[in-house]
Amino acid sequence: MGQTVIAGVSVDLNDEGYLNDTSQWNEEIATEIAKEEDIELTDKHFEVLHFLRDKYTAGEQLTIRKVGKSGITDIKGLYQLFPGGPLKKSSRIAGIPKPASCV
Amino acid sequence: METNVQTKETIAKKVEKKPLEKVLIICAKGAIEDVYAALVMANGAVMEGIEAKLFFTFFGLDAITTKQMNNLHTGTIGNPAMRMPGGLPFPSILGMIPGVEAGVSSMMKSQMEKLDIPPVDEFMDMITAGGGEIYACKLATDMFKLEMKDLSEHVKDIITIGQFYEMADGDRTQIIFT
Repeated sequence: MGQTVIAGVSVDLNDEGYLNDTSQWNEEIATEIAKEEDIELTDKHFEVLHFLRDKYTAGEQLTIRKVGKSGITDIKGLYQLFPGGPLKKSSRIAGIPKPASCV
Repeated sequence: METNVQTKETIAKKVEKKPLEKVLIICAKGAIEDVYAALVMANGAVMEGIEAKLFFTFFGLDAITTKQMNNLHTGTIGNPAMRMPGGLPFPSILGMIPGVEAGVSSMMKSQMEKLDIPPVDEFMDMITAGGGEIYACKLATDMFKLEMKDLSEHVKDIITIGQFYEMADGDRTQIIFT
């Protein structure tokens, strides 16, 4: 996809719509990407997104189990926040690479 | 001109992707690797937004029997892919020594825990949280004299294979047997 303007900022997206450069992310961009996924972001969503970004930056492998144990929401809640792709969609909206995890 | 349009349509049809919408997974064995294969596939499906139904039958029933589900073992006899920690072949005769099977099994579980793969009951929590459904086979539960009260809370129902097949009612459905 290359350079795409999201929320007034030109960002670098890969073919699957994930940000190539995590540092280009901000909450406005998240809101716009979430709209494409038909998700209206709430404070709870942002808590999850920031959690994912923190863990990603710390070099940790992300799993839905980890999010479920974060204290932010349980796994059922995570599915409700990001229907049809709890880790895939949340990662995309969080501006981090597509998760390479099977759990 | 008309032929031209048709050709374009044919090409368009060729490249149209038809993602999987539903998987029906049957698990008939009760070793750690057999059960986890089924659980990983089911969980992976719901995580991708694919509907998943799991059907446990015969020795696979151990995976949903409250008493057994968190004590699954892997076979240490007659498994040619079994290795010692350093990679040397694992002599079958070692597997016969009492306690070896339990030791190997607990080692496997600790390795999985490191990869954030949960114990069986928690894995089923994750699958059902994502909308996945778990069933027990009627024939096998009759055979092993098991009832709903013996089974995990995650088991939705005891059904026949016919009822399970009825769930394969969509175009993009696959049945997987492990």
